[in-house]
Amino acid sequence: MNADLKASRSRSVLKLAAAAALMLLVLIVIPAFVEVYQMQLLIYGLIAAIAALGFNLLLGYTGLLSFGHSAYFGIGAYTVAFVVQYLGPHSMEFYILIGIPAVAIMSALFGYICVRHTQIFFGILTLAISQVVYSLALKLYWETGGSDGLRVPRPTLLLGWLSFSGPRGFQQFITSYYYYVLAVFVVCVVLMWVIVHSPFGKTLQAIRDNEIRARFLGIRIRRFRWIAFLVSGTFTGLAGILWVPLNGLTTPDVLYWTFSGEIVFTALLGGFRNFTGPIVGGMVFTYLKTYAVASTEYWQLLLGVVLVTLVLVLPTGIVGAISKLGQRLARGKS
Amino acid sequence: MILLKTVNLRKQFGDTRACDGLDFVVHKGEFLSLVGSNGAGKTTLVNLISAHLQPDSGQILLEDRDITYTSVAERIKAGIARSFQIVNLFDGLSVFDNVALSIFSREGKTVKMATLAEHDYDVRREALEVLDEFDLGSKAEVLAGGLAQGERKLLDVAVAYALRPRLLFLDEPTSGVSTRDKAQIMDTVSSVVRGGGVTAVVIEHDMDVVFRYSDRIVMMHEGAFLADGTPDEIRANKDVASILLGAPLAS
Repeated sequence: MNADLKASRSRSVLKLAAAAALMLLVLIVIPAFVEVYQMQLLIYGLIAAIAALGFNLLLGYTGLLSFGHSAYFGIGAYTVAFVVQYLGPHSMEFYILIGIPAVAIMSALFGYICVRHTQIFFGILTLAISQVVYSLALKLYWETGGSDGLRVPRPTLLLGWLSFSGPRGFQQFITSYYYYVLAVFVVCVVLMWVIVHSPFGKTLQAIRDNEIRARFLGIRIRRFRWIAFLVSGTFTGLAGILWVPLNGLTTPDVLYWTFSGEIVFTALLGGFRNFTGPIVGGMVFTYLKTYAVASTEYWQLLLGVVLVTLVLVLPTGIVGAISKLGQRLARGKS
Repeated sequence: MILLKTVNLRKQFGDTRACDGLDFVVHKGEFLSLVGSNGAGKTTLVNLISAHLQPDSGQILLEDRDITYTSVAERIKAGIARSFQIVNLFDGLSVFDNVALSIFSREGKTVKMATLAEHDYDVRREALEVLDEFDLGSKAEVLAGGLAQGERKLLDVAVAYALRPRLLFLDEPTSGVSTRDKAQIMDTVSSVVRGGGVTAVVIEHDMDVVFRYSDRIVMMHEGAFLADGTPDEIRANKDVASILLGAPLAS
């Protein structure tokens, strides 16, 4: 039995590793074939995927729907802006070094409050806290720039080894930054993969499926939810840290509840009940929104229709639907 | 030797006395059945002992240690585990993961997030051993939500058993399954539990099952104990027969 189990698991891990390697190869070679604008979109897509990956640790694996993840994305972005304003070094590594602990501390603090409740009460708490952060960013304008936001110049990469100035500076930055974000994305995916397949990740899934039984295995539910919140917020915050140098500016818009809605949308679009769903969702949503905004002034209506259709027709999201189709085809063959 | 006892344990819901000053004793190594009609207070008693409910008054002693107001986690650490009347599993996880999680929890490994769960070979070996003991080895990779009812009942017990408790409460382990499955479940459960040296308290309605597998039977009626004895003594008890047949008590 043990040998069968081992063989079956090894086969599925090998298949998955092969698919991931192929995808990575495509992402590595793609800049050779696309324009700078398309590369920019790809970076935004990868960043959205990191944010959704973090968000999904709560929704997909712990069963907690946060309506306030914009707060952690925004805290990441604003921390970078404050670093630029007060500390000086325009180095991406420095931004990350300061940004991650800042986001982790805020996630731990807000998470401690939110995980005292579940279901709608949890959702409302996360929403309320994110709106408080949004209001602070808007009202403390002498520090945050109010609705104008704060500018973030192009940083150097790899401890100053790569800097970008001159007429081709922007283009060089985008190409280098693409690979930079891709590397961080790969690290995040591997980290999250390990987390959700670790004893900790399995415990979160157990809490999601059956809180009472989990309690009767001696699991301290609230503590696990809190740690999940902390990790989730930190991943989403890292996405904010990576996003702001690309955007060049952070405004309170990234803290507003509609941005939290976009993160929820992303997870639903890809499918929150599987690991790759939020990644696919992040990429697809970025393109969907960009082209919807470019093609019609009623782009929000268009996204709304997509969302309703998604919930009614593809409740398991894009990846869930593809996976089901694959299973059906495999069954048909056998 | 006494493993667990309750002293004057009381729990009331509104006007209903679910546990009316119970002095309940469980001896080490026995297979005890708790019987009685619906509403007799059996599940309430188990809920109180497993910390699912807090008593209004009284004491719960595990080998003379007062555990009356300890948490669920502390009671599990002390060696008390339970299964539920309605099957309580992690349906989105595999059968293997359901059992492995009990072992991770028992070993204090659930906080580990930097290693893959399946790379813990000690836990894996033990989980597969437990599944084999419960005849679920061939289903290890199946999602728990996809099991048949009889298998779900067995897995429910296996998850509690994997905590390696000293005292295991099983709340109606054969409810909702066919007569043939009942015998199979009870054969497996009693052989594993007795083989593992675990003391078991089983809530059960099927008296054939109760008489066949129990060392001792305790009958409850309206929050109190009505009878306590070996299967033969209980068979001969007229009050028990009256309750089981729905007739008024002789005394």
